[in-house]
Amino acid sequence: MLYAVISGFVAAAFLPLMHRFLGERATLVAALVPLGLTAWFATFLSRVVSGEVLVFQTRWVPEIHLELAFRLDGLALLFALLISGIGALVILYTFAYLRGNAHQHRFVLATLMFMASMLGVVLSDNLILLFVFWELTSFTSYLLIGFDHEQEESRKAALQALLVTGLGGLFLLGGLLLLGQAAGTFSLTEIILAGGALAGHADYPVILGLILVGAFSKSAQTPFHFWLPNAMQAPTPASAYLHSSTMVKAGVYLLARLSPVLGGTETWAWWLTGVGVLTLLTGALMASAQVYLKRLLAYTTVAALGFMVMLLGIGSASAVQAAVVFLMAHACYKASLFLIAGIITHETGETDVRRLGGLVRFMPVAGACAIVAALSLAGLPLSFGFVAKELVYASVLDRYMVFVPAVLASLLFVLVAFQVGIKPFLFGSRQSSGTPHEAPPAMLLGPIVLGLACLAGGFFPHAFAGALAASAAAAIQGGPVSNFNLEAWHGVSPEFVASAVTLVLGGAAVFAAGSWVRFGNAMKPLAEFGPDRAYFATLKGLNLLAVWQTRVLQSGSLRRYVAMIVLAMVGLFVLSVLRSGELPVLKRNTPLTPSVLILGLLIMLGAVGSTIATSRISAVAALGVVGFSVSLIYVLHGAPDLAMTQLVVEALGAVLLVSAFLHLPSFHDRKRWVGRFQDAVVAIMGGLAMTVMTLMANDVELAPSIAHYFAETSVLLGHGRNIVNVILVDFRALDTMGEITVLAIAGASALALLKLRIPGKRRS
Amino acid sequence: MGSLILRKATRYLFPVIMMFSIYLLLRGHNEPGGGFVGGLAAASAFILNQLAFDVRSTKRLMNVDSLTLIGVGLMMALGSSVFSMLYGQAYFSSHWVTIRITPEWQLPIGTPLIFDIGVYLVVLGVTLAILLSISNFRKPSS
Repeated sequence: MLYAVISGFVAAAFLPLMHRFLGERATLVAALVPLGLTAWFATFLSRVVSGEVLVFQTRWVPEIHLELAFRLDGLALLFALLISGIGALVILYTFAYLRGNAHQHRFVLATLMFMASMLGVVLSDNLILLFVFWELTSFTSYLLIGFDHEQEESRKAALQALLVTGLGGLFLLGGLLLLGQAAGTFSLTEIILAGGALAGHADYPVILGLILVGAFSKSAQTPFHFWLPNAMQAPTPASAYLHSSTMVKAGVYLLARLSPVLGGTETWAWWLTGVGVLTLLTGALMASAQVYLKRLLAYTTVAALGFMVMLLGIGSASAVQAAVVFLMAHACYKASLFLIAGIITHETGETDVRRLGGLVRFMPVAGACAIVAALSLAGLPLSFGFVAKELVYASVLDRYMVFVPAVLASLLFVLVAFQVGIKPFLFGSRQSSGTPHEAPPAMLLGPIVLGLACLAGGFFPHAFAGALAASAAAAIQGGPVSNFNLEAWHGVSPEFVASAVTLVLGGAAVFAAGSWVRFGNAMKPLAEFGPDRAYFATLKGLNLLAVWQTRVLQSGSLRRYVAMIVLAMVGLFVLSVLRSGELPVLKRNTPLTPSVLILGLLIMLGAVGSTIATSRISAVAALGVVGFSVSLIYVLHGAPDLAMTQLVVEALGAVLLVSAFLHLPSFHDRKRWVGRFQDAVVAIMGGLAMTVMTLMANDVELAPSIAHYFAETSVLLGHGRNIVNVILVDFRALDTMGEITVLAIAGASALALLKLRIPGKRRS
Repeated sequence: MGSLILRKATRYLFPVIMMFSIYLLLRGHNEPGGGFVGGLAAASAFILNQLAFDVRSTKRLMNVDSLTLIGVGLMMALGSSVFSMLYGQAYFSSHWVTIRITPEWQLPIGTPLIFDIGVYLVVLGVTLAILLSISNFRKPSS
């Protein structure tokens, strides 16, 4: 299972190499990975459907409860099949869609990585692992949305999606950590076994709140919905894959997965149903004003996601079953419609539905697929969408607060189905020049397969999806698999009447499409005040803050920098002393030997001398006295290593200072007494703090001292008699590694600064 | 600085200091010394050369860019941990091989030496990078 999840990453790593040898055909090879995964996951079908839950475990970092644990049950398998299956179709589609694009392999690479991350999300059995994959999907989707990175709009949209889902991810992390602590384990299987016990935990509202923010932001629920339509800047295969069938459903997946743990409470039901309905209405309202293919689809996706969240919020057996079937149906027809929208744009160069029409003559196969998918979206009988919608209606019939919005959204689906799937092919006339052609086979394969799935789900829903849907619903409810019956035709039931009414009203709306658009346009000023605006205002504010604090802190004056560092150190020290409430007392007193006394006097003389020196050279010389005296003290106390290093550093430091002097302004500029007074205050404060700190450090008794351990084991384990060096390069090598890394970074940055020749302002 | 005495002396001092720095590096495990002070000593040899002659000839003497030194040093220090990872031990656990030269003269050699050479190179590289570029720094003309 581990190999299955990482196979996508491995394949992605080898893709650039394959691209070099095979060119664009590397994409076809890459498509084999999701294809193989689909077949492999399919082999688990019979076992999972019979109620088995497969858990695969590999130890990773047990210290932080991080295990490579994967869990395959009905819900996970359903998602895994969708992700790998649609992944294969999308990669094949990309082969033709991005033909001739020099960066095609980059796109496929990101798609593969995304697929692997998404598989990780739905298969993880460990909360932290799940979060890691969750974040990976955000990152890979950033790459996919920003694929046309030379266009500002793409970059903006990619960043927006990353920031919104990334912010949600932070909330999610907090929620998952609290959840793991409350449950006492990070294993999903164990948490689910404990069931709804957590609902009574004191932290339950916080956990639920944090996780909901994470899930809502990922699944584009109001008020986070705005990133999804903007993300339509992505190339169409990415939109079809991420923004209709998989990534946006990660939030829905998480809610479904945690349903048996967090669900079933009043809070859960209210929030999910409320936000779901709100999203449903927002999506429907916003879609009405759209005329561009992909944006129309994006807003219906927002509405559809609202549907699923709402159904999970209701949480009854029938609602959960409806959610699962709706999810399957939606993945089939929405991905298909996105792919077809891509075909239309690819072949005609047109994205505005008002200018499209009569295309079926030019592209009959694509047209047929489009009509099948559109009928499914509209929910006409004998389509998968119809089966799903009947289930949805049946589960919400008795709740009119939910039922009315559901009908409204379905109405909108009929309208959009007409505009995207039917009108461009059957009605009206084309208003652009050129003769469009049928799309190449690689691009048609996806819509054909998905179209067949729509039909199969419509005619034989039970054989096609019944068993898997039942086991997925069982996983969401945390109970045993209870088979429910999916039928293509229920007879004339209340939900059928509702369906029929929806279709009739939808049909009417199609004829009144013009006024719909007018209504939407009238609503547009309202959208100006949407969360999109808040997002940009926040970004602008952050930038202003950054500019302001840079101006304050990075004044460019070296004296100011040094003063700030010293003052910060003093402040932290004083703060920590105040907090501990313990004033430093001299507990141990080391008697002064005459030699140390003399050296101490020398050091003081040097220090004072450096402050009253009249030239820089004499200041350096005075500092040298300090340095050499200090190294002599090291010698006296038996630290030859330190002394030696100090000596060389002193010598090199003097050279460094002297060579730097040549480039400094004249020394006498700095002799104004106000400045010198400030310097003196800072210096005295820093010196005092350092003195007290040293004395305190001397008092601290580290119990029991490890000095003996090092002394005893230095030769035995470290093969060295110089304990200092053995500690540096062996016992505490990781510390030294960190130090030399810092040193290297400092060196490289100094080099960069010195070589950077910005024409500077001359001092007047 | 065109001092003839300094130039002449440097010709002899440079190899001596370099050798001393390597001596410091190698003996560091048992006596005072080690990669850090060794690297500093080597840097001071190059700085002496730069003071006596100029930056260009010092760079020629170095033969490699100081950034390369830093990079190679970091990689060596990091690379010395590979063994501990291969053996599944705690990170940076040391590994030793004892070379028998004669029965009573045995020389243990281990990964800490590789690590120390890495430290030596990083310190040398950083010191030279900063010092040489400051000496070579010219005020932007504007």
